[in-house]
Amino acid sequence: MSEPLLEVEDLRVSFRSRRGTAVAVDGLSFSLAPGEVLGVVGESGSGKSVSMMSMLGLIRDPNCTVEGSARFRGSDLVGMADKDLRVLRGRDIAMIFQDPMTSLTPVYTVGWHIAEQIRVHQSMSKARARARAVELLAEVGIPDPARRIDDYPHQFSGGMRQRAVIAMGLANNPSLLIADEPTTALDVTTQAQVLDLLRRLRRDHGSSIILITHDMGVVSQLADRVLVMYAGRAAEEGPRQEVFHHPRHPYTWGLLGSVPRARAPRVRRLPAIPGSPASALAVPSGCAFAPRCRFAHDQCAERPPLAGADHLDACWLPRDRRHELRHSLDEVATAAGDPGQQSIIVPATEEFE
Amino acid sequence: MVRFALARFGAAVFVLVSISVLVFLIFFATPGVDPAARIAGRNADQATLAQVQAEFGLDQPLPVRYALMMKHLFVDRDLTSFVNRGVLVIPQIVHAVPVTLSLVLGAAVLWMVVGVAMGTLAAAWRGRAADPLIVLVGVVGVSIPVYWLGEVVNLVTQSRLHDSVFSWVPPLGYVPLTQNPAQWALRLLFPWLTLAVLYAGIYARVLRSEMMGALDEDYVRTARAKGVSERRILIKHALRCSLIPIVSLFGLDFGALVGGSALLTEVVFGLPGVGRLTYTALQNLDLPVILGTVLYAAFFVVLSNALVDLVYAALDPRVRHV
Amino acid sequence: MTATADRKASEDSPAAPTPIPLAAVVTSPGPWGTALRQIRRNRSAMASLVVFFLILVVCLLAPFYASSIAHTDPFASNVAGTTVIGGQTVPVLAPSTTGLGLGVTPIGPTWDLTHYFLGSDGQGRDVMARLLYGGRNSLLIGFSAALLCCLLAGIIGVLAGYFGGVVDGVLSRLLDVVWAFPVYLLAISLSVVLLTSGVRIGPISIGAGSLWLPVLIIGIVYVPYVARPIRGQVMALKEKEFVAAAIGVGSSDLRIMRRDVVPNVAPTVVVFLPLMTALSMLTESALSFLSVGVQPPQASWGTIINDGLDLLYTRPAVTLAPGIAIALTAVVLNLFGDGVREALDPRARLRGAG
Repeated sequence: MSEPLLEVEDLRVSFRSRRGTAVAVDGLSFSLAPGEVLGVVGESGSGKSVSMMSMLGLIRDPNCTVEGSARFRGSDLVGMADKDLRVLRGRDIAMIFQDPMTSLTPVYTVGWHIAEQIRVHQSMSKARARARAVELLAEVGIPDPARRIDDYPHQFSGGMRQRAVIAMGLANNPSLLIADEPTTALDVTTQAQVLDLLRRLRRDHGSSIILITHDMGVVSQLADRVLVMYAGRAAEEGPRQEVFHHPRHPYTWGLLGSVPRARAPRVRRLPAIPGSPASALAVPSGCAFAPRCRFAHDQCAERPPLAGADHLDACWLPRDRRHELRHSLDEVATAAGDPGQQSIIVPATEEFE
Repeated sequence: MVRFALARFGAAVFVLVSISVLVFLIFFATPGVDPAARIAGRNADQATLAQVQAEFGLDQPLPVRYALMMKHLFVDRDLTSFVNRGVLVIPQIVHAVPVTLSLVLGAAVLWMVVGVAMGTLAAAWRGRAADPLIVLVGVVGVSIPVYWLGEVVNLVTQSRLHDSVFSWVPPLGYVPLTQNPAQWALRLLFPWLTLAVLYAGIYARVLRSEMMGALDEDYVRTARAKGVSERRILIKHALRCSLIPIVSLFGLDFGALVGGSALLTEVVFGLPGVGRLTYTALQNLDLPVILGTVLYAAFFVVLSNALVDLVYAALDPRVRHV
Repeated sequence: MTATADRKASEDSPAAPTPIPLAAVVTSPGPWGTALRQIRRNRSAMASLVVFFLILVVCLLAPFYASSIAHTDPFASNVAGTTVIGGQTVPVLAPSTTGLGLGVTPIGPTWDLTHYFLGSDGQGRDVMARLLYGGRNSLLIGFSAALLCCLLAGIIGVLAGYFGGVVDGVLSRLLDVVWAFPVYLLAISLSVVLLTSGVRIGPISIGAGSLWLPVLIIGIVYVPYVARPIRGQVMALKEKEFVAAAIGVGSSDLRIMRRDVVPNVAPTVVVFLPLMTALSMLTESALSFLSVGVQPPQASWGTIINDGLDLLYTRPAVTLAPGIAIALTAVVLNLFGDGVREALDPRARLRGAG
């Protein structure tokens, strides 16, 4: 494969607060090839969004420190002057956010937003920018785009607004699109349409996509590779097929187990990962997942490295026994209905926003 | 948009009529008050009392009296002062309006420019030393009595430092713009500053908190992700959205000031505006004049509120399509 | 809570807070306790409160100051009086030396607390003693008017918001009308009519020169400022599940208002109270300055400023002192009010603004 488009190495994002230093992202490394779709999954607060936003300089909190490196086409985004970063943002790297209800400035038309996106980075006449905006709206499947372009965000439905936001992201043909929970706020039908759109986009434009989500279903439909994050660290990373069919990390088992499967034997209760996510203020020095892990043992007091060739994981369990261990977990859940498991993946409060 | 404008217009007319009824009730139907004696003024003779009785139909039922008063005010326009016998009320008000407008317009321009600049800067510099300072200025702004500040300004510019620093300050009073623009501005300078200083503080404070809210909005994050510059985010996105509540506040304050709340400033600086007219009438208990100025005031408040509603709709597309 | 319900919640709002452990709920001090704790930590609010109490105590000591320290009657004119400065007996009112030599110039501040600390006014009265008496009245009127206003506004806001329909229509139109009426003009109109005759509402009768007259007038004119936000809040509350549930099980209106509505709007009213006190006090001073507020021989900070007008260029202390007192009191009330607002209801806004 060619030179990676984005290569993140040992990214660390921390926030100073009165209660101590919260480490939101702790030594994250991954790389992304051109045209590749990377799905980043994990519970809320696992550092998915924070890591991406910190690379782009979108975290304005003065108490935030970003360390490590994130090379985009060879130049490091971490520590880059905001002036230079701004040129990349929206032109080479576009990021779209979860809630399409609030992510557009309410007093401007949809067309204005798209035109602004174009004209910030290219010198183009207003009329041409407008024409391009109509094209883009048509491309993302907004009916009657020439008329709808003068609508205000509140006149669009949620799904249409998310498409408009995507159209805005595509305006300058970015080589990387970071989509943060693009389908979370939408109903199922609209979700499917938006996923379709993203798939087409990758085919037609050849853009790389980083898809941040807590929904394993979304990842399974779109991603080439999957990165599972827990407590600001990578728990597992690998090709989609591998991660879904041969997951190696007990946390990934939990995540996959908590997706209801139509054909799987019925369980009385959806299996859940016991305990609640590690607080960013007190991430264990060893394996972050150990306090919630059924298979935690002495060695887990030491932090496991992310190891492997193409399919990597950070766990001390002997690799050859993993399959067997995972099935023992399934049996327990099916038989006993999860004694002592009080909560499923309980989302942590977003402490960094 | 037309329907919207019509609805607002209807509401404005309703409020205006209601205010006139309220004024009427206050002056003519307060239990235990003899309106004839009040309108005729202090030490009125029997002839004057009889004249008042007849003119306002004080022996007639209330609705007839109301109609008579409205007729005097708007149809015949012949309401006369009984204190200064025979002086018509309406021309007095018409003469006073330009003074009040000069005062309030000038001050409004000043306080909007300064207030918006201060509020925007405070929001841009949040967390730095200038920010709490602006907040404090805002609190002081709502806390100082404007008439007292005016007195202090007079004390300094007209008396204590008049022989040195402020020798260029003309005496108190008003010179019409058409007569001498330079004198007009010079004489209004300190009244403008006095009025504007307080409001600028208030507006800076309100705008700051609005903009802080706006800067935390998702759309600002989106704009940043688009590569929009910080300055453009501040002005085109955050300020533009924060101005909407500021405009409605401005309409309220502007209307109230032109309508008579500038009274205190006018009294202190000896400006013969509508407020001072009310004040003089008040001291002589010249009821017809008070009646006239209060209704004029209500008219201005309602008018400016209606205008604000229209501007609001122009500024905020969400209102327009409801 | 079942696991299924929990799961649903986590899907709908990924940022939902983790369930509070039961122990925390038990020891939680409740919204009022939490707010109290937060205010105690707010340094500017606490400092303001201390300053406010100092002002209050000093003003309440007015009769003691007048009788035991300054030995003066602040309500009787003392045109021919004398006082002793530096061993010399001087008249309180000296013939004017400026202009045409007409009129009199009162003595200036002696900076001696036992007599004429801030000088005398045009009638030979001790300004310091009047300042304290005036402060007592200004604070009394400011607070009483704010209380009356919040009470009236609370009732109107709750009724209009809760019942909606015709009740709301009538009350809201009424508020609109008072709202559109410039505050000072409405207050002046009411004062002009009532000041000479007094007012009689049923069994309550307020005399013409009474201090309760400005209280009543100021309390009424600001009702829309407070009633409008409360009405909006009650309307929003009515949409909430617990109120809908109470209506569903057939609780009486009175019971719902008492149990579910009033406790929820109470914080907003409490937030408005210090801010309204400052505003009422400022309004009272303006009305008194215009001679339609507190009537002589009573004093308030506003009337003293008015007394000082003729002496502004010769004896500015008469005007300056009460003005500074008003501004200081209003600043501390506003700062304290801001602290209360941050602690109890950060979204509460008077007049849609500060």
